[in-house]
Amino acid sequence: MSTLEEKAKGVSDGGGFALLFFIVGLVASLILGWVIFPKLLYSQKRQPFDFNHQLHSELVDEGCESCHFFREDGSYAGVPKLAQCAGCHEDVQGETEDEAIFVNDYVVPGREVPWLVYSRQPDCVFFSHAAHVKAGGMDCKTCHGDVGQSTTLKVYEENRITGYSRDIWGKNIAGLKKHTWDRMKMDDCSECHVKLGVKQTSVQTGKGACFVCHK
Amino acid sequence: MKIDRRSFLSLGVGAAAGTALTPLPWKITDDLSIWTQMWPWTPVPEDGEVTYVNSISTLCPSGCGVSVRKVDDRAIKIEGMPGFPGSDGKACINCMTGLQLLYGPTAVKSPMKRVGERGEGKWKAISWDEAIAEVAQELNKLRKTTPQGLASITGKADGTVAKLFERFLTAFGSPNAMHTASYLDNYALTLKLMHGLDARPGFDLENADFVLSFGSGLIDGWGASARMFKAKSQWKENKAKVVQAEPRLSNTAAKADHWLPVKPGSEGLLALAMAHTIIKESLYNKAFVEKHSFGFDDFKGDDGKIQKGFKTLVLDNFSPSDVSDAVGIDASTIVALAKSFAGAKHPLALCGRGKGITPGSLHDYLAVHALNALVGNLNQKGGVWAMTDVDYVNWPAPKLDETAQKGLATPRIDGAGKEYPLAKSLLTRLPGVINSGGDSPVRALLVSGANPCYTLPDAAAARKALGAIPFIVSFTSHMDETAEMADIILPNHCHLSRYEDVPAPAGMNKPMIGLATPVVAPKYDSKNVGDSILLIAKAMGGTIAESFSWDSYEACLTETLGDKWKVLTASNFVIDEAFQPDGWDNAFHTPSKKFTFLSGACKFDGDKIAGNIEGSESKYPLVLIPMDSMRLAAGPLGNTPHMTKTVSDTVLLGKDSFVEINPKTGGKLGLEDGVKATLATPKGSVTVRVHFSNGMMPGVLAMARGLGHSGIDEYLAGKGANVNELIGPMEDPISGLDAAWGIRAKLTIA
Repeated sequence: MSTLEEKAKGVSDGGGFALLFFIVGLVASLILGWVIFPKLLYSQKRQPFDFNHQLHSELVDEGCESCHFFREDGSYAGVPKLAQCAGCHEDVQGETEDEAIFVNDYVVPGREVPWLVYSRQPDCVFFSHAAHVKAGGMDCKTCHGDVGQSTTLKVYEENRITGYSRDIWGKNIAGLKKHTWDRMKMDDCSECHVKLGVKQTSVQTGKGACFVCHK
Repeated sequence: MKIDRRSFLSLGVGAAAGTALTPLPWKITDDLSIWTQMWPWTPVPEDGEVTYVNSISTLCPSGCGVSVRKVDDRAIKIEGMPGFPGSDGKACINCMTGLQLLYGPTAVKSPMKRVGERGEGKWKAISWDEAIAEVAQELNKLRKTTPQGLASITGKADGTVAKLFERFLTAFGSPNAMHTASYLDNYALTLKLMHGLDARPGFDLENADFVLSFGSGLIDGWGASARMFKAKSQWKENKAKVVQAEPRLSNTAAKADHWLPVKPGSEGLLALAMAHTIIKESLYNKAFVEKHSFGFDDFKGDDGKIQKGFKTLVLDNFSPSDVSDAVGIDASTIVALAKSFAGAKHPLALCGRGKGITPGSLHDYLAVHALNALVGNLNQKGGVWAMTDVDYVNWPAPKLDETAQKGLATPRIDGAGKEYPLAKSLLTRLPGVINSGGDSPVRALLVSGANPCYTLPDAAAARKALGAIPFIVSFTSHMDETAEMADIILPNHCHLSRYEDVPAPAGMNKPMIGLATPVVAPKYDSKNVGDSILLIAKAMGGTIAESFSWDSYEACLTETLGDKWKVLTASNFVIDEAFQPDGWDNAFHTPSKKFTFLSGACKFDGDKIAGNIEGSESKYPLVLIPMDSMRLAAGPLGNTPHMTKTVSDTVLLGKDSFVEINPKTGGKLGLEDGVKATLATPKGSVTVRVHFSNGMMPGVLAMARGLGHSGIDEYLAGKGANVNELIGPMEDPISGLDAAWGIRAKLTIA
């Protein structure tokens, strides 16, 4: 064979490996993107101690609103403060270790519990519970899921880049959801607004006006 | 097999293709966009329960009501308290930026004991028990030999805190309780001499239709600031005339209807020249002058000789043409002004230069008050009212043992009551007395709500004097220049974390008491100054402890305010809205039962009263006057950082203070706008920058008060120069108060 022919053969022989490397790269990045990336992106955090919603909902009269209520001025109280829980838990009521931690490490020294809030949206988002619960007549479950029936608090998966909970983007890394409470990005809120005919007030885009939620 | 560049490239292409088929790029982009908006250092208040808590600000004599918006336990915004008498929902920049005092780094966090030399700034945190014990021990030691060596300096003369210090010193055996003087001291003396009353001045501002201000900074901080701003707007609406007589085009002058650029220090002459016209043309209120005044006409003195009355003295010596040169205003202008002032329905004359920080010459105040008397506005609508609601603090007399009685019999160190029989306290004389040689007569000093090392004129002499005092205790809430000289600091709660009674705001013409109530819990290991005094008294035992039977300062307040306590804790103030001042028949408690134009005590015999100032004209050809502004707090606690941010670049630039100067004067000195120059007075010299302003009288320089702090915090320390270092005090011959309105100066290129 001439040198030129050898070279050409070498090139065409090398073609197979190019394909191989392509496939290797493709598969590796698919695995990285779909499996490894979600695992690395989120850190697993635990709440200060465990809390049993189901146990407590059986003890109160007004369901979720007994502890998660509207204040007189219409603002939403959100996660209850120490004073509310201490109303019953000045002393240890039951036998669990979690309650003991609560009473000894928080009630006695008067420390607020640093709960990790799954539904916390970024600072740029303005959300009014009054507009949705009172005016819209919505149920807590629609956005939060059936937390009231849970017996433990799930692991708080914190996005290492943004610091927010995995619950905002959703458990599914592709952003696919089954229930309304699986995901709560802007498009998810918007989806519901469109479906229920909430007035889309932007003249320019024909969609919801930006300033309604981004003040 | 050859792993060559092609393989590598195809690996890359495969990886890129694969990544594009995963959610990774979109998720990362979305996360990064959130990350870029969520910088962790951006302060975002916590979500929580919003409440509004009211209180009264004790940062300045205005005593404005404030409403503080809180989220859970944190104060977020301070605004004015709607419905508060005078300020009614408004607040000035000092109040509104008060959060920086509450949450800033300069609050003293626990009792401190000095280690190292005075002024070195080395402190050791100690416990309250240790601190109180040490103070009690030092004071008990002093008491054995010279109880009268104890002195105290408070910001105010009234209110329970000032009275507690006075009581402590009395039980201890010292007459030397002093307070920071101001224009209100001169007004008090004026009312004492002319009305025969222990009273404070009230001004029915809102109803005046001709306001003549002799240098008072009506919108530059005089009186109760927020109320003054509202009154100014109301005058505009009501078409009331506002005339400002002052050498400089201040904000007040700029906003007045008429600015009279009088020569500095000549305000009193202007008042007397106006009186001349009013008397000569018979424009005065005859009903008042003829039936309710004494000393207007010539009268027979106590010695049987005929004394010249006010009328004779004014007509003989103070015609507008007599004073025209000294005042710098045409005689015809003075005459016209007098006529329109006297012709107004509700004329009102006010004095106290700038914010009224320097008391000034007593004769100036007597002259201005005489003007008010001539037009008959005393205790009338739109006029000056004598408010006698000055003493609601009525405690049983303290217990005095022999030591106390001996100490109290000694004369006051500051000369009040002796060299100057009319005065109650003469703080500005103290450095002179201490520095005059030998050991300091003051052996121990307690300081609360005052910062004499900064605010006293000739501040360098004040620092030297305090340096000679063996034992100094400061009750400040924030580190200041005087606290830097202290041996022990017993920190007070911050202004919005404590109970304190607040006597009526300056100039309030209705009887009123306020109560500052805590808005947020004290953040640090501080104690209300009232509680500190009680603890020291109890630790000292004996008759001192017996004189302080209250368990706590709160108990003292509850007892003092009696049935008003409940309303005060709920609404922060009590006021008698329906109050009407005494009519002329009952208003005057002088021996003659009439308004007294002249009395022996005021020693007025027609002398040209324009005050002389320190310095020889040949060496110091210019005149330096201080100027006041709403943006610069000139009191004990200096500017908050936000306030300093609002100070104009023509007042402070970087670390340089400016002096304002007329362009012609500056040009003659070879200066240009903005250049550095050396400002020298008989008291000291400093490098400044020069600001050309057509609003400055030729030959006169003005420099802002409130700069040149060394203590307090890094946002204020080292910025600009303290004008108090350059101007010294001048004793008023009658009152002994500081009458200096300026000082001679020279300016040369740096």
